Amino acid sequence: MQQVIVVGNGMVGYKFCEKFVAQAESKDFKITVFGEEPRPAYDRVHLSEFFENQDAKALEMAPAEWYAEHNVDLITGERVADINRSSKTITTAKDREFSYDYLVLATGSSPFVPPIKGVEKEGVFVYRTIEDLEDMLAYAAKINAEKPDGRAAILGGGLLGLEAGKAVLDMGLEPHVVEFASKLMPRQLDSRSSQVLQLKLESIGLNIHLSKATNQILGDGKITAMEFGEDDVLDVDMLIVSAGIRPRDELARACGLDVGVRGGVVVDNTMKTSDAHIYAIGEIALYNQMIYGLVAPGYDMADVAVQQIIGNTDKIMPADIDMSTKLKLIGVDVASFGEPFMPASKGHSIIFENKTQHLYKRINVSHDGKKLLGGILVGDAADYSMLHQVYLNGMAIPEDPAQLILPTSEGGALLGDVMDLPDEAQICSCESVTKGQICGVIESGEATDLGSVVSCTKAGTGCGGCKPMVADLTNATLKSLGIEVKDSVCEHFDYNRQDLYKIIEVKGYTTFNEVLDNHGNGGHGCELCKPLIASLMATIHADTANKEYAIQDSNDRFLANIQRNGTYSVVPRVPGGEITPDKLIALGQIAKKYDLYTKVTGGVRIDLFGATLNQLPLIWKELISHGFESGHAYGKSLRTVKTCVGSTWCRYGMDESVSFGIELENRYRGIRAPHKIKGGVSGCIRECAEARGKDFGLIAVEGGWNLYVGGNGGANPRHAELFAEQIDNATVIKYLDRYLMFYMRTAKPLQRTAAWQERLEGGLDYLKEVIINDKLGIADDLEKEMQTLVNKFECEWTQAVNDPEMMKRFNHFVNSEDEDDNLVFVPMRDQKMPEPWA
Amino acid sequence: MENILDTYCATNIEDVTVWFKAASVADFPVDGGACVKYKNKQIAVFNFSRLGKWYACQNLCPHKMEMVLSRGMIGDDKGVPKVACPLHKKTFSLENGENLNGDLEAIATYPVKIDAGSVYIGFTE
Ligand SMILES: Cc1cc2nc3c(=O)[nH]c(=O)nc-3n(C[C@H](O)[C@H](O)[C@H](O)COP(=O)(O)OP(=O)(O)OC[C@H]3O[C@@H](n4cnc5c(N)ncnc54)[C@H](O)[C@@H]3O)c2cc1C
Ligand code: SF4
Ligand code: SF4
Ligand code: FES
Repeated sequence: MQQVIVVGNGMVGYKFCEKFVAQAESKDFKITVFGEEPRPAYDRVHLSEFFENQDAKALEMAPAEWYAEHNVDLITGERVADINRSSKTITTAKDREFSYDYLVLATGSSPFVPPIKGVEKEGVFVYRTIEDLEDMLAYAAKINAEKPDGRAAILGGGLLGLEAGKAVLDMGLEPHVVEFASKLMPRQLDSRSSQVLQLKLESIGLNIHLSKATNQILGDGKITAMEFGEDDVLDVDMLIVSAGIRPRDELARACGLDVGVRGGVVVDNTMKTSDAHIYAIGEIALYNQMIYGLVAPGYDMADVAVQQIIGNTDKIMPADIDMSTKLKLIGVDVASFGEPFMPASKGHSIIFENKTQHLYKRINVSHDGKKLLGGILVGDAADYSMLHQVYLNGMAIPEDPAQLILPTSEGGALLGDVMDLPDEAQICSCESVTKGQICGVIESGEATDLGSVVSCTKAGTGCGGCKPMVADLTNATLKSLGIEVKDSVCEHFDYNRQDLYKIIEVKGYTTFNEVLDNHGNGGHGCELCKPLIASLMATIHADTANKEYAIQDSNDRFLANIQRNGTYSVVPRVPGGEITPDKLIALGQIAKKYDLYTKVTGGVRIDLFGATLNQLPLIWKELISHGFESGHAYGKSLRTVKTCVGSTWCRYGMDESVSFGIELENRYRGIRAPHKIKGGVSGCIRECAEARGKDFGLIAVEGGWNLYVGGNGGANPRHAELFAEQIDNATVIKYLDRYLMFYMRTAKPLQRTAAWQERLEGGLDYLKEVIINDKLGIADDLEKEMQTLVNKFECEWTQAVNDPEMMKRFNHFVNSEDEDDNLVFVPMRDQKMPEPWA
Repeated sequence: MENILDTYCATNIEDVTVWFKAASVADFPVDGGACVKYKNKQIAVFNFSRLGKWYACQNLCPHKMEMVLSRGMIGDDKGVPKVACPLHKKTFSLENGENLNGDLEAIATYPVKIDAGSVYIGFTE
């Protein structure tokens, strides 16, 4: 039995083990892995997700049991301190000795911290491990508790720095990205794309400072500011250093292995170091005089080392390594592939730029115009996967290459079909999965849907960038085999939402059990189909959420938004945002009486947080007595119609935006839809109500209203599209009745109007045909259905507080009047908040 | 905070020494749950009427240690009766407490019996 010792249990060290144990030959070897970190290897690429849920387990590459089950000895929390090459042994920091036949260095790298004066101060962090993130979160919480407008800087405007910038934003601090170079992501972007990216990032709240060299970090013990020049000082409460990486080659240096001038252990194309018994892989390995700071090349190196050790010596590392990257920032698309900057001697570039839409696309094409050599995409990277494939596989490009990046409306061509890719095309570069492998597992019947394709091939489990393409390939292959691609709602029904809508409507079912018993698969329902059918019942029969409350989603069940400690928030309707001083006072008094944290919402309403289940009906009784009604903030239903003051007050106003906004909000209040719906009405084109960011938006113009549909904020912001121009109030209502009802009938579960409208075959033109020209002959029905919903509206809270049976629902215990004794609140800026999660 | 988990131990029907009378059958929603207070414990009790069965488990969700499971929706995962936490929809088997869509610790389950219109939960102490 030969001994293999792996030093470092990071992403690549883990991948080595995974690939090793998958080989039949591995039974002749015993693997021992040492990791300095306290936990088994985790997915560093998705480290930022830790900010969302602080769930370290969710990031694990494999649970600790996996190693045991595969006969791998995993020793975490123990650093390897020394290598003795002559005796082929290693010594750990706990002074234990182990001998090896093969040693694999996978020690990765550590963040580079430039030697700036004051960098040791409290409040300066790096961004590499889960512990780093935990420390940052704790520090940010301290800052947030001390002051409302804390700031954090990020030193370094590269890929990682920008990701850290987003994390700072999510931690509730004001982010400032400080970059030494004159552009962002200097390794991936040219100056023009960097400028476009800067505009985009500034629009989501990141402050960017370019060409800044930091002289020193100021503060007494803890950081308070960064100094660039004499009078150039930026006040900050926290700093995250993201200025590059340094390979952790200290072990290799100490035992005399060849290392590069700027660090890293020199390896050849078999991943061997200058000692034939020692391999180096991942971010420690210096290959082609390069450290590749990406996970995909690291995985390839792991594969090569595995094959070499088991004796398959033909397997070597390719000379060219693909460095294409896509930034994972939510809401900002940035990608570069191949050669992003190219000297004119090698080919020419085609550039498309639209600064107002934060769009920049550049492709580099060979002189003969036949090959795509690389490119940069900012603002819209939807075509990244396809362009990347065209580049990787040297596929033919259109005669006029500009068509690859021009918007289709301006002569751009739709990119080819995924099925046109050659079988060898590498779809997932992290796991080296080809198109042939993906199609193969489906054709052989091994996989029958996206989930099983992913588990059979591992495609999409690395950086996740290829997921959309894997999904497209899966669907296309299934289709080519004549297998119907089901979009059934869950395991309990073989129908999609639209089918169920028709079934319930035609058969007149009124309860969940009737639908399940007659059309289900024999199961008992779940958290996917129950709320869906509840929503359909509401659309078809105008039921409120009180009718069958056990099938309602978490929020609808108690007519309030559940917050992270299990208490609720209360949002009364304030139509159009108009509220009398008396009502405002009433809200304040009620909030005070029940000690509720109070905040103005993004939809300009007032949100009262921290109500216990038992308090909800008491609070609502009082609100109702002051003339309030439910705001449906908890439902997949109309939230608000945001308005500007319009011609009532504003000197530019062209029409009464508030009056119309109130009318619309009162018209559509309470209707249940596939997802939430928001509206906006602006009194003129200055658009103060941000109506184009809503599902429906109106802007007053000369001669009537312009109607826009299908916009939203959220993770993928979209502007609404112009639907009709200069129409009067009655026409607006007619079109909106039809539009919303059509959406409620045909969208998928949890699909917002933007996504629905985009995926409608025929797009906006088709939608206009149906809504305006009544192409399907259903306009009358749509209007009637909507009118029924409007007529049958009832305030759910008024219903609930007047019915003693319904009131029973709002008790934490069935057998006691007590409140939940597990609740802990802590003070925050003169109000309270739930204790942070551990 | 974690030690609050130790308050809850899975209990087998053979080991029950106390049958606690919690409330009447009518106090629980059909195919839904409610929370019962027993000493310092919070127990989620579900009336799975489609199966004609009752289930009880800790009210504490092991994901973020909040007392919320009784407010979750019930259903089945390939035939295994389950509850979905209302906060992040982690699902747990009502039969043995296992986390069905992740690898959280299993939750503690308790036996339930119905006698003369009342719901009883079994404890060992
Ligand atoms: C926030 C963030 C986002 C990223 N995003 C992307 C991305 O989108 N795409 C991409 O391709 N890459 C990304 N990366 C880079 C990617 O994470 C790395 O390329 C990858 O983790 C390298 O793997 P590795 O195993 O070589 O090193 P590591 O994952 O760093 O693992 C090395 C391990 O070895 C341990 N170790 C070191 N010395 C010793 C010793 N002497 N004894 C025992 N253990 C030791 C270390 O503690 C560490 O756990 C990102 C990195 C970060 C930090
Ligand atoms: S959108 Fe026009 S009318 Fe409305 S507040 Fe702004 S400037 Fe005034
Ligand atoms: S309120 Fe919305 S944006 Fe804010 S943390 Fe919750 S889900 Fe995210
Ligand atoms: S607290 Fe239960 S799933 Fe998160």
